[in-house]
Amino acid sequence: MTATLLESTTEGERLRLAAAGAWTAQHARALERLIDAQTGKRDAVRSVIVDAAGIERLDTFGAWLLERLVRAWKAQGCDTAMVGLAENYRGLMDEVHGVSDEAPRRRRQSEFIHTLAAVGRTMVKALDSLVSSANMLGAVAVAFARVLARPRSFRLTAMVHHLENVGWRAVPIILLITFLIGCIVAQQGIFHFRKFGADVYVVDMVGILVLREIGVLIVAIMVAGRSGSAYTAELGSMKMREEIDALRTMGFDPVEVLILPRILALVIGVPILTFLGSMAALYGGGLVAWFYGGIDPEIFLGRLKEAISLETFEVGMIKAPFMALVIGIVACVQGLKVKGSAESLGLQTTASVVESIFLVIVLDGVFAIFFASIGM
Amino acid sequence: MAANGKNGKEVVIAVRDIVAGFGETNVLNHLDLNVYRGEVLGFVGGSGAGKSVLMRTIIGLVPKRHGTIEVFGVDMDGASDKERRAVERRWGVLFQQGALFSSLTVKENLQFPVREYLKLSQRLLDELAVAKLEMVGLSADVQDKFPSELSGGMTKRVALARALALDPEIVFLDEPTSGLDPIGAGDFDSLIATLQRTLGLTVFMVTHDLDSLHTVCDRIAVLADGKVIAQGTMETMLASEHPWLKAYFHGKRSRAVEQGAAAVHA
Ligand SMILES: Nc1ncnc2c1ncn2[C@@H]1O[C@H](COP(=O)(O)OP(=O)(O)OP(=O)(O)O)[C@@H](O)[C@H]1O
Ligand SMILES: [Mg+2]
Repeated sequence: MTATLLESTTEGERLRLAAAGAWTAQHARALERLIDAQTGKRDAVRSVIVDAAGIERLDTFGAWLLERLVRAWKAQGCDTAMVGLAENYRGLMDEVHGVSDEAPRRRRQSEFIHTLAAVGRTMVKALDSLVSSANMLGAVAVAFARVLARPRSFRLTAMVHHLENVGWRAVPIILLITFLIGCIVAQQGIFHFRKFGADVYVVDMVGILVLREIGVLIVAIMVAGRSGSAYTAELGSMKMREEIDALRTMGFDPVEVLILPRILALVIGVPILTFLGSMAALYGGGLVAWFYGGIDPEIFLGRLKEAISLETFEVGMIKAPFMALVIGIVACVQGLKVKGSAESLGLQTTASVVESIFLVIVLDGVFAIFFASIGM
Repeated sequence: MAANGKNGKEVVIAVRDIVAGFGETNVLNHLDLNVYRGEVLGFVGGSGAGKSVLMRTIIGLVPKRHGTIEVFGVDMDGASDKERRAVERRWGVLFQQGALFSSLTVKENLQFPVREYLKLSQRLLDELAVAKLEMVGLSADVQDKFPSELSGGMTKRVALARALALDPEIVFLDEPTSGLDPIGAGDFDSLIATLQRTLGLTVFMVTHDLDSLHTVCDRIAVLADGKVIAQGTMETMLASEHPWLKAYFHGKRSRAVEQGAAAVHA
């Protein structure tokens, strides 16, 4: 089949190329190879005639390949003409005839420069995201102050709606996860402490660990993954469809309308979840201590009272709203950074979760230093 | 082979007694329609009449509740996956909103279907992308842009180029010229006419553009109340006494076009 698509005969200085058959997409691959084979340098050839009379079917693929054949010979300085093309294909041939030669290829960078540039870009991006987070924090503070001055402009309905999503709907999963973590910590504690006969200290460990650190950290990480990503995706898709620009042109401040209610919902929701989560973890720890460690609930509670103070509890709870703020700010900043494509929405959502979890842990470390230095 | 219509032309899309809708309401109500090979069918109707729904039903995106659809003589319900894919390869679709892949560049958007179905060299793919872009009236520099960086009219053109990427036998166009400037819309019409003449393309075009209806459409079908209430040439439409058709084709906006067309013919 392909043999008959393009055949060449040489008549002295003249090369005759007879195209025939179906010059269509199905044969484009074979045609390209035939054409490349027929355009090799031949010194003897002065003029070329492309005879298209035999072409039975032609589509844009075939038309372009014919055009390419003609152009290749012209580029070699030969007189090139096409004859015999059926009249009904003339219009298509004219269309591809106007097509410019392929745009110049972009030059390739060396691998080393490329890597270096990528590193640089990442650094700039990290700095940039820090700056925009600070910006956002400021904008949220201003919006908050404005709302305090005019409480009626506050979007209470929106905030309650978000509170339901980030708080109320998260309760079951948070309770379950913190409960399990409490169980695991207690079990590991008992297992190892038993070797020293110090089983009962597991109560101290569970109490302090859960109330100071684990409760709030687990909740913050869960919320970052669950609600931070949702915030980024929501704001990002609104950005993509120009909804945020529409708000702005109507004279609304997107920070006040969209972002403040979301962040306040987190700042209220996360401490409540932290409290519930800590209780669930203590409950889980208590159960394991009872059934696995043989520590009666009364002993557990008594021991717990001695081991922890109100301060222990406060340390955990104070951190919660700050972590919520970090998660909210990062999520909203990333959401507003989304560009037009679906891919960028995905990238930004990933960045939001990764960055907020990272910052939550860093913040926890900063708090640990702070509390240690004030002796709490 | 597909059934022949009463005028002897081959029917490439046969829609019979279609009912489709969402929830409680039926948008299409026992609708019948033939599309013949090689014709440009202009489809008109009020906003929300169900033109896009009909197009999406034919290409199988909206499930139908009743009726049959045959494309190239293949019953789309009874067809195996393989048969259906073979049919899908022979049509191209331009969606009302463009529906370009947002994470691919313009060039990659155009190459995507070609790369899937034909094994061509990268060089040929690149050249063809430029050729298709220039055919729809864009310059080669837009090929590395992302869809979010295009203007509304450019999006339409790229979407058209993608619909034509595999040189399909049928193209479904949903309002292809809306958002194009009049010159661009005119170029578009002549491109469609050229492709129809040279490739024997069948075009199913939803449009409100009276110029397109006048210049490229061989036949016009009108959708109202979930049915095709009239079909025929432009002359039939103009002669019709139906109040909606009168308002549509003899309204204030159409008069100018008519006069223009008359002036050209004179
Ligand atoms: N996904 C959907 N869910 C529910 N209803 C829909 C959906 N898509 C369309 N409709 C309804 O179907 C009807 C027909 O819509 P369609 O998009 O086909 O209109 P159209 O004729 O293409 O109008 P236009 O000229 O404005 O594009 C409308 O009433 C619309 O509300
Ligand atoms: Mg529509």
